[in-house]
Amino acid sequence: MGKTIAEKIFESHLVDRPTPDTWVLRLDAVFCHEITTPIAINDLIARGKDRVFDPARIKAVIDHVTPAKDGKTATQGKILRDWARRHGILDFFDIGRNGVCHALFPEKGFVRPGYTIIMGDSHTCTHGAFGAFAAGVGTTDLEVGILKGVCAFRSPATIKISVNGTLPAGVFAKDVILSIIGRIGVNGATDKVIEFHGPAVADMTMDERMTLCNMAVEAGATCGICPPDATTVSYLWPFIEEEFPSPQAALEACARFLPDADAPYERIIAHDISDLAPQVTFGFKPDQVRPVAEMAGTPVDQVYIGSCTNGRLADLRVAAEVLRGRRIHPHVRGIVSPATPQIYAQALEEGIIATFLEAGFCVTNPTCGACLGMSNGVLAEGEVCAATTNRNFNGRMGKGGMVHLMSPATAAASALAGSIANSELYKV
Amino acid sequence: MKEFNGPVLFLDRSDINTDEIIPARYLTEISKEALRPHLLEDLVLEEFDPRADIAGKRVIVTRSNFGCGSSREHAPWALEVNGITVVIARSFARIFRQNMFNCGMLAIELPEAAIEQLFSRFAGRPAEVEMDFPNSRLTFRAGAEEAVVPFVISDFDRKLVESGGWVDFADSHYA
Repeated sequence: MGKTIAEKIFESHLVDRPTPDTWVLRLDAVFCHEITTPIAINDLIARGKDRVFDPARIKAVIDHVTPAKDGKTATQGKILRDWARRHGILDFFDIGRNGVCHALFPEKGFVRPGYTIIMGDSHTCTHGAFGAFAAGVGTTDLEVGILKGVCAFRSPATIKISVNGTLPAGVFAKDVILSIIGRIGVNGATDKVIEFHGPAVADMTMDERMTLCNMAVEAGATCGICPPDATTVSYLWPFIEEEFPSPQAALEACARFLPDADAPYERIIAHDISDLAPQVTFGFKPDQVRPVAEMAGTPVDQVYIGSCTNGRLADLRVAAEVLRGRRIHPHVRGIVSPATPQIYAQALEEGIIATFLEAGFCVTNPTCGACLGMSNGVLAEGEVCAATTNRNFNGRMGKGGMVHLMSPATAAASALAGSIANSELYKV
Repeated sequence: MKEFNGPVLFLDRSDINTDEIIPARYLTEISKEALRPHLLEDLVLEEFDPRADIAGKRVIVTRSNFGCGSSREHAPWALEVNGITVVIARSFARIFRQNMFNCGMLAIELPEAAIEQLFSRFAGRPAEVEMDFPNSRLTFRAGAEEAVVPFVISDFDRKLVESGGWVDFADSHYA
């Protein structure tokens, strides 16, 4: 019997099987941010175990609330900062160099095919885009990861989703993943790994694959994984060129993590996207999805473009293409948060930031901020936000607020219209 | 081990997410105790009043996919500081379930029919649970009504509960 990607990664990282269904894995990287890590740090201190398993394998960033908005968030930042300095964690990203963790860490080359990664953040599944097994965990798992470099998982049953066809113009990776979640439900992949295959995934850039894998957790998945290929190697090449004689050699090295032809999938889903229209959520669950056309005209108070789902350069480029030379609706508050300083700088150079400013957007520093209603764009009761983020839970961006999830193109078009609207990039 | 016996709170909805259990605006707290007044504060559910209904409860019985969404362990902590150490549901989101066992608390999955029966016989009444952990049995009581419900948790989750959580387990097993 063959093996799935996750099974191959699990076998190559196995430390212990305390029970037949439990795999304790060696971790290649432990990612940390200032919301879920400080309590782990304080607990380690209280236990007299203020140590880290390997400072080079720990990466840390202040991203959720930055710059600090009050004494409490300043304290969270300080605990993380002091800890990173105390333990010689060199890859610590503070203000000026910080960005949304799931955009920043891949950009720095910290994710490789076949890696095992945990972080105290549910959207850690994003890094599966590189052919890694990356899972969101709670603070206790994080604490053990920091101390011992291990984490326990159940056997990784896998769902294979073949994304077939080619994306129509004006339809994006975000629309694909929304349509998949709408199809399988918020519980559809709970305790499972999703492998994303098919020609549409093979055609996607790494930015698009990260968008796809980012929302795997919204269907309950432990991780979303794309098979590593030439696109993966080409993205990583600047970081690995001293490890391999050629990109071809790097590609061959990744091949050991590709699934076998007879890998045992629990379920195989063929998902054709050739006729897919832009998608938007309508309720308080990410599986409440319908075509944008059916929601057109729904008034919005705020439009937010950013987050670990859609705050990357490709996302900003598309939004700017829709906005160029136009002004957003006078009743709309437009907010864009480039996900990292590098993305921000590149967007400046390409004139994208100017386009946003001329359209009437507020451009913020890189931060998670508004996505989870912590800062930089919290909604008031009864307000509606068109957002490129990943969660539309009741109260997510502010108590009593409503969030509609959509692609950057749809968000930009909705900002212009003052209500949910398809972009002109999409031709029916 | 923690105390698992006590009064039951019924939450009759699926997909209760971690933003509803403890909203993100309280994630700036670095003490678990500070979460106590805010448990389930944003949960909109008919006839549910967080202040009146949570007090004194030990056990939650709910529907499917409880704890979906964010990985925040603040969700189990907010339950724990309110004295709630057991959640019984049709199913859980993976990270929430793991967080519960990692803290030495219980996330028990029961078949649909068993959940349905608990709701129909005990919801809306002053129900209590008695936990027989070694024999994996729960006894529900309300007035003269009584139900004995067997449950299954994985051997690993059992070890975590018995050893007081994952940090202690890992510390004694891995270098």
